[in-house]
Amino acid sequence: MIATIRPDAWNFPLLLHVLGAMLLVGTLVLAAAALFGAWRGRNPALMRLGYRSLVLGVLPAWIVMRVAAEWIASKEDLTNSNASWIGIGFTTADGGLLLILISILLAGLAARRARRPESSGGGFGRASTVLVSVLLIAYLVAIWAMTTKPV
Amino acid sequence: MYDTLLFLHVLAAFALVATVVIFSAFALGVATDSRVLAVGNVLWAVGGLGTLVFGIWLALYVKGYELWDGWIIAAIVLWAIATELGRRAQLGYTATTGSAEGAAATADARQATLMHWLRSLVVLALLVVMIYKPGA
Repeated sequence: MIATIRPDAWNFPLLLHVLGAMLLVGTLVLAAAALFGAWRGRNPALMRLGYRSLVLGVLPAWIVMRVAAEWIASKEDLTNSNASWIGIGFTTADGGLLLILISILLAGLAARRARRPESSGGGFGRASTVLVSVLLIAYLVAIWAMTTKPV
Repeated sequence: MYDTLLFLHVLAAFALVATVVIFSAFALGVATDSRVLAVGNVLWAVGGLGTLVFGIWLALYVKGYELWDGWIIAAIVLWAIATELGRRAQLGYTATTGSAEGAAATADARQATLMHWLRSLVVLALLVVMIYKPGA
């Protein structure tokens, strides 16, 4: 394998895209850890942490990742590409947004219910945990596609 | 082979950043939870080992890169600094685990928070070096 050097003009959008993706996955891991903890331990503080991670971490990171993806794709002239790895990237990103928004809604409802003494926010919290886990698996596939670039 | 090495190297880097995100929650005042802290520590251990091993493997495998290239040496030095800062942050937050006052309450936590933010800057610098590859 011979090293290839990309044009300097691609570096900043690529940095933003990778940083956004890393923060997206990192905040999803935090949300998953907190929501799983809340599920197992009926802990309202962890439920709130899971919800806040989704709202204040995952959503802004998704925006940075997605905007920078469009930027670097236009720099590399890949916006209309039919390559599989580009398709996987856009599908997981855009489909992921819908799951992120649903999991925020569910985690928010669970956090609100968890404030009541007799309630743990159960069903909503568990559903949000499952969605966040699905998102993590989807983004694992996206990382594989972005690095191995299947045609 | 190259694709697999790159995937594992990048995946390990994602694990490192996930640890930085988890510790950022503690640094911003979330009470340290032992299970969440354990997730962060495991991800740093796996990610730290993975980035180093697969990174060196890649440097040896790819023609045009050498282990003594300036940007690769810089990355290894930054990795070592981040690991030491992370060790200190981990010790501080472990000492505050279960504290009802939250992570900002004790001297241990303040020290851990400082170490954490320094590590975050070093990890960001590491990412910049990996993308820009200065001198390559």
